Amino acid sequence: MRRGWFLPITATLGFAFLYAPIISLVVFSFNESKLVTVWGGFSTKWYGELLADPQMLGAAWLSLQIAFFSASIALVLGTLAAVALVRFRRFKGRTVLAGTVSAPLVMPDVITGLALLLLFVAMEGTLGWPAGRGLVTIIIAHSTFCMAYVCVVVQSRLADFDLSLEEAAMDLGATPVRVFFDITLPIIAPALVSGWLLAFTLSLDDLVIASFVSGPGSSTLPMVIFSKVRLGVSPDVNALATIIIGIVALGVFAATLLQLRAHPKKARA
Amino acid sequence: MAKKPQLAIDTRPWRDPGAKPFVRIKNVTKKFGDVAAVNDVSLDIYKSELFCLLGGSGSGKSTLLRMLAGFEEPTSGSIEIDGQDMTGVAPYNRPINMMFQSYALFPHMNVEQNIAYGLKRDHLPPTEIAGRVAELLSLVKLQDYGKRKPHQLSGGQRQRVALARALAKRPKLLLLDEPLGALDKKLREETQFELVKIQETLGVTFIVVTHDQEEAMSLATRIGVMNSGEIAMIGEPTDIYEFPNSKFVAGFIGSVNMVEGVVTEDEPGHVRIRSAELGCDIYVGHGVDCAPDQILWWAIRPEKVHLSRDRPDAPFDANVTKGMVEEIGYLGDMSVYQILLESGKRLRVTQTNTVRGNPDSITWDENVYLTWGDSSGSVLTV
Repeated sequence: MRRGWFLPITATLGFAFLYAPIISLVVFSFNESKLVTVWGGFSTKWYGELLADPQMLGAAWLSLQIAFFSASIALVLGTLAAVALVRFRRFKGRTVLAGTVSAPLVMPDVITGLALLLLFVAMEGTLGWPAGRGLVTIIIAHSTFCMAYVCVVVQSRLADFDLSLEEAAMDLGATPVRVFFDITLPIIAPALVSGWLLAFTLSLDDLVIASFVSGPGSSTLPMVIFSKVRLGVSPDVNALATIIIGIVALGVFAATLLQLRAHPKKARA
Repeated sequence: MAKKPQLAIDTRPWRDPGAKPFVRIKNVTKKFGDVAAVNDVSLDIYKSELFCLLGGSGSGKSTLLRMLAGFEEPTSGSIEIDGQDMTGVAPYNRPINMMFQSYALFPHMNVEQNIAYGLKRDHLPPTEIAGRVAELLSLVKLQDYGKRKPHQLSGGQRQRVALARALAKRPKLLLLDEPLGALDKKLREETQFELVKIQETLGVTFIVVTHDQEEAMSLATRIGVMNSGEIAMIGEPTDIYEFPNSKFVAGFIGSVNMVEGVVTEDEPGHVRIRSAELGCDIYVGHGVDCAPDQILWWAIRPEKVHLSRDRPDAPFDANVTKGMVEEIGYLGDMSVYQILLESGKRLRVTQTNTVRGNPDSITWDENVYLTWGDSSGSVLTV
């Protein structure tokens, strides 16, 4: 069979292309040497150094806070937009909403960031809020673009939703509020979880938009890493990246497990 | 075929003008925009009936069912259930349950939780709920499947869970939307039988929506045939089949031969119709509400026409015509003959194959006579 050698080679190349940089990063995070590209034996000293670096830890904590709050806000707003788009087939401005909701997906970050910066400055001038730029402005900025992603994820799940499930629950005596919590929410929960996780990761690794809307003393983790790397790569960045990869991998694994539990053998039905 | 609930003549409440209907649909109209999905429908359904709403897609049968369940409000008219006006009553406050076409089993709950859902909404004590669930599981023969999730069940089992869930609250009225539509033919026939048995045992009033005329004929105590939002005819299955009131009903149920004719004799005791299409007169042995020279239609079922090689007696010089066998479809129990008449009209005739491997049976290209009794056909004016 001709496919005999072709498939393994393409698969290997594909995986190598995707994961070789990550693996080298993880490996070098355990490097003894101060030179990033020279192997000097196994050590975990960069992890220790990382934990002693208050700037790095502060930035990481800030990034996690921002990611948590913006993912949560984006989840609520994105779900509401998705419900409006899927459930209410005809309303004034539906086409406009459908178009604008997905616009941030293709908008260059630089433009989004600049636009938000101008808005915040103008708002501060006229409304006096938000005063200065920092945590709040970054959360608002991240919520807006993450909301688009949540909306897309939830929308596709809602589109598959069999409305007769809600009718059946109502028919059995459940009020609309009960129906939402008993039937609708559990069924779309996997989409909400993966939407939230997606938003969380997007917020966590955003550099461009955060650079525009952050203020003094509110440097996110990607900003700190970027500025450090410009002065020369230090091995403790590798250690930090390894930890982040570990957390993200765990999150994705949990989300996949959740999806599988909610929908085992979906294809068979 | 499933057995119909056996009702003696005196237990057919619809024949008693004084009987009080259980469900009363009065002049109900439902418009979506300018289109009337259901148009001025009035219908009385009695207790313990198994009533079938039969119609093609877009006939309004499902909309009517959804209005009974409360998912749609009538644009005008009223629905009364057990003497109670249902206008403005939310679906969750109606003494009705519904079995959905897609079954609508909650995918994140197991079979027991699905069945118990309605009982929990009524805040019954847990022990009573457990008892009722066990009772229902044995009713639908799924005792060992209580802990399974819907996706672990076959189509027939899902259908039974849906039925059990709909029956759990002991509704006065059960609505079934194409209850057997998603099952294959063999399973459908078995399930049909079970459905009727359960209905008889519990004495619940069933309203079944279906597009399958065979299903309707074998299940129902009465059938309401719907066509483009209106009720075309209401009657017992035999009435619908043997005495259709219109060309639509005659054509919709079973197969039928329909010819056009003109009235030549209109007596209280009989009617004579001349049909150029048939190439003979039709003698109808009873009076018909028509006028001389009126153009009307005459419909006859394929099994009510008799074929013979020799010219049969024609007592009134009518009800006999000639044709040529054009096509034969052998179905085992019977054969379907397509006969080409001299006028060019084709008739469908079925004959039961009573003799095994009959070498002398009528075959292709033979000239045959067709004959029928003077009360075998229906005279239709609309």
